[in-house]
Amino acid sequence: MNRTPPEPVHIIKERREAVLKALVGGVPYIGFLGVQFDRRGDELTAVLPFRDDLIGNPLLPALHGGATAAFLEVTAIIVLSWSLLWDNMEKGNGPPLDPANLPRLPKTIDFTIDYLRTGLPRDAYARARVNRSGRRYASVHVEAWQDNHTRPFAQASGHFLLTGRDD
Amino acid sequence: MTDVLNSARNFMQALPHSRALGMQIVEIGNGRATVTMPWDARFVGDPVTGVIHGGAVSALMDTASGAAVMCHPAGPQGTATLGLRIDYMRPATTGETITARAECYHVTRSVAFVRVTATDEDALRPVAMATGTFTLEGVAP
Repeated sequence: MNRTPPEPVHIIKERREAVLKALVGGVPYIGFLGVQFDRRGDELTAVLPFRDDLIGNPLLPALHGGATAAFLEVTAIIVLSWSLLWDNMEKGNGPPLDPANLPRLPKTIDFTIDYLRTGLPRDAYARARVNRSGRRYASVHVEAWQDNHTRPFAQASGHFLLTGRDD
Repeated sequence: MTDVLNSARNFMQALPHSRALGMQIVEIGNGRATVTMPWDARFVGDPVTGVIHGGAVSALMDTASGAAVMCHPAGPQGTATLGLRIDYMRPATTGETITARAECYHVTRSVAFVRVTATDEDALRPVAMATGTFTLEGVAP
């Protein structure tokens, strides 16, 4: 019995971080909004650090509905892409993933946002769940909260077109 | 009318996130608003093609919709987005300004209903369309 020893944990972590960094770093708009991603295993949490220019209504003050929508959509797209890359990244079958040459991002077909509470002038967090991911289409749900995870301030769901998977 | 447009422009300048995205109100009144957002490399969502991120288009359509609600003859004192459903029909052409035209087509005492279309310089083929519901504050019953 010849068993291949498990890969050292730091190699696995480095590979995952490199792919995530390339995925997120390749999109200028994610940098413009300032969204970051925390990773624990395969679970991603998007973080939107508060900045004054995310405000929509300065009188309240409240986060701009458009900034909230964009934060949710960015989270959905990155979490979906990450889930599509995961198997390839982990199994290492086929050519290894090149962080400089990742597959094209999914395209949003439709996106529906519910604003549940006023977005406060502080950091926001979001997690997305891929409810279905087929050959061409995927359906993703995403939820955002601020101080209390049990009190989400916005949620959204959308359909995405998976491009470049069979062409 | 010029006064209305000027105060609308000031209003827009007072919305930090809309200002950060370079938005300009070009037409407003009677429950309708037209808002533009020039192409900017920082707003790109697909690094391969240079196409603007859907999130920036959503922010533009949300802003135009809110402006349409605020200039409705019912005279609301404030508004906030309740829900927004967006369809993305095609990628916006790289380098072109995106224009959102919003119409607040119905209001009740507490809710405003809006439809909005986003186009690039080819105004005949929409980039995205959305419908939204907004709160209405300060409307006399």
